[in-house]
Amino acid sequence: MLENSGYTRLRVKMILTTLAFSLIPLLILGYTIYRQFEISHTNKILQNLNHITENKRRTLDLFLNERLSQLTAIAYTHRLEYFREPETFERVFTLLQARSKYYIDLGIIDQDGNHVLYTGPYQSIRTANYKDQEWFHQVQAKGIYISDVFLGLRNYPHFIIAVLRREGNKSWILRATIDSDIFDSLVQSDQLGAGGDAFLLNAENILQSKPRFGAKLLGKMNLGDFSRFPGVRSEMIEVDGKQYLFGLAWLENKNWLVAIRDDPTEELMPLKRTRYLVWAILAGGLLLIAGGTVLTSTTIISQLIRSEREKASLNASLTQSSKMASLGKMAAGVAHEVNNPLAIIKEKAGWMRDLLTEEDVKASPNFKEFEDAITKIEHHVNRAKDVTHRLLGFARRMDPIQEDININEVLAQTVTFLENEARYRAIEINTSFQKDLPFIASDSAQLQQVFLNIIDNAIDAIGKDGSITIRTQAAHSADEILISISDTGPGISKEKLDKIFDPFFTTKKVGEGTGLGLTISFSIIQKLGGRITVESQEGQGATFLINLPLRKA
Amino acid sequence: MDIKILLVDDENDFVETMVKRFGIRKMAIDSAKSGQEALAAMQAKDYDVIILDVRMPGMDGLEVLKLIRERAPLTEVIMLTGHASLEAGMQGMNLGAYDYVLKPADFDDLLDKVRKAFERKELNAKARKQGA
Repeated sequence: MLENSGYTRLRVKMILTTLAFSLIPLLILGYTIYRQFEISHTNKILQNLNHITENKRRTLDLFLNERLSQLTAIAYTHRLEYFREPETFERVFTLLQARSKYYIDLGIIDQDGNHVLYTGPYQSIRTANYKDQEWFHQVQAKGIYISDVFLGLRNYPHFIIAVLRREGNKSWILRATIDSDIFDSLVQSDQLGAGGDAFLLNAENILQSKPRFGAKLLGKMNLGDFSRFPGVRSEMIEVDGKQYLFGLAWLENKNWLVAIRDDPTEELMPLKRTRYLVWAILAGGLLLIAGGTVLTSTTIISQLIRSEREKASLNASLTQSSKMASLGKMAAGVAHEVNNPLAIIKEKAGWMRDLLTEEDVKASPNFKEFEDAITKIEHHVNRAKDVTHRLLGFARRMDPIQEDININEVLAQTVTFLENEARYRAIEINTSFQKDLPFIASDSAQLQQVFLNIIDNAIDAIGKDGSITIRTQAAHSADEILISISDTGPGISKEKLDKIFDPFFTTKKVGEGTGLGLTISFSIIQKLGGRITVESQEGQGATFLINLPLRKA
Repeated sequence: MDIKILLVDDENDFVETMVKRFGIRKMAIDSAKSGQEALAAMQAKDYDVIILDVRMPGMDGLEVLKLIRERAPLTEVIMLTGHASLEAGMQGMNLGAYDYVLKPADFDDLLDKVRKAFERKELNAKARKQGA
């Protein structure tokens, strides 16, 4: 039988193994599903971001293209002389503004950098000369020019678009100033979340439009160094100590970068929720599995303990049986060997008694002594004979008969044999019989011998004053009945309990008991297919329990 | 009426004493120390009752009993057993023994059984004579 710690170890092992086998797949499943969700969700976010970025880039390019085409169309459809006519230039400007309010002013600069014509609110710049300015040279070289956003002489954020017109060997430049506020409205969009943002940056990371958060227009927004790349790119970039997801694209018409910013905490909210949900489900599953595992293992272990116990008691009773069998053989051998010399002693004594009838012996002065001695010899030979015959009785295998008997009646009858003895010693015999106890097929004479033995022992154990209680009941298993005989005697110590069914084990005085009563009882009950056990603690009486089958198997 | 008795037992002291005790009661009794001896004695004399010990070295009591039943069906046999032993006695009865006595036996009891065995033998002999 395993020690208690062994069971605990086994239990822990069982729980851990079961948990491992059920939790590992659960965790893998949970992780995989979460991971797949994360990938597809992130992909969706990125796709969305790229889409918005691409849209914005297209819108801005379209806007710039339109402005360029308008100005090119104006410059190339008329000669300079045409614009010089009074009111003409103003009319053109008004026409432009009608289509697009963001035109602030319009001017024509000749090849020497002088402002030839101007229409707009800032008349003070009319006389300005742009010959030494960077943009002037660029437009001379490339034909068109789009500036970064700047405050300039007008002290208002704007940018310029300039187109070169060649007329013969002369050239002039049509230059429009455009309010850069247009970018703010073009770049910003409802498609962005609450934490999202969008803005334009030039190559030096100077803001060309007003972002919703943080830096101001023309402020610096350091996203790092991005040389021109085609298409759209998404990057995680840290701004002001916080990670943001950016969609980036360069404009085609100008060296400006469209930056669409997503707040990842907001965008990844569903992901976070999913993660919590996954954890909650995992935790719930874990609790459920752990509970189930503990419950199952507890059941299994207790079942194991029970069956081990049953096995142990079966082993004990098998050991007892085989001990009985070998002791029986030995007892029979001893009895036989002793019987032969006893027979001789008895016959010799008998012969002596025969001789005592002779006349001359009768006359002997010691006649009385002789006769007395012979009587004693015969008496003690008989005593020895009782022992050997009982031993043989214990050893012999007589098939018990089978008859339908009512155990209650057998017990009641047995009690009547001992009632006088008990009353004489002030011992009360109580009976508590189950009234509808089923009949059993057994041998009433042999059972009576067993009951007599046990009750007689109980009376001897009590000595004087006390009680004996006899109970009968049908066992739970329904095919057995249970008889218990308890006494209020001094009880049996543990060492004695182990030997109580052994032959010649007796606590009685020499000559009073043979030490065979319980041995014989044990073998009778065993032959009848039952079990007999004893429970006792020193000082608390003893209880003999007899289980008998309704029918011998 | 003299009963012709044969006692078969391997215990010398036992046989000797029994012979003396039967003798003092004026009963003639022969003895044999083994099965072979007993069978030899039977050839010389017709016994009425044979007292036969079950356990003996050499031929055992039950074997001897079978031979006796074959050779002298009228002779009654009383089994004397000291062994495990009721069983052997019963077996003897099944094989046709008249009765069995457990060692150590009460002499008067044995005597009584011998007399009764003899009576039955006489009855059987008479019945056989009439039948023949």
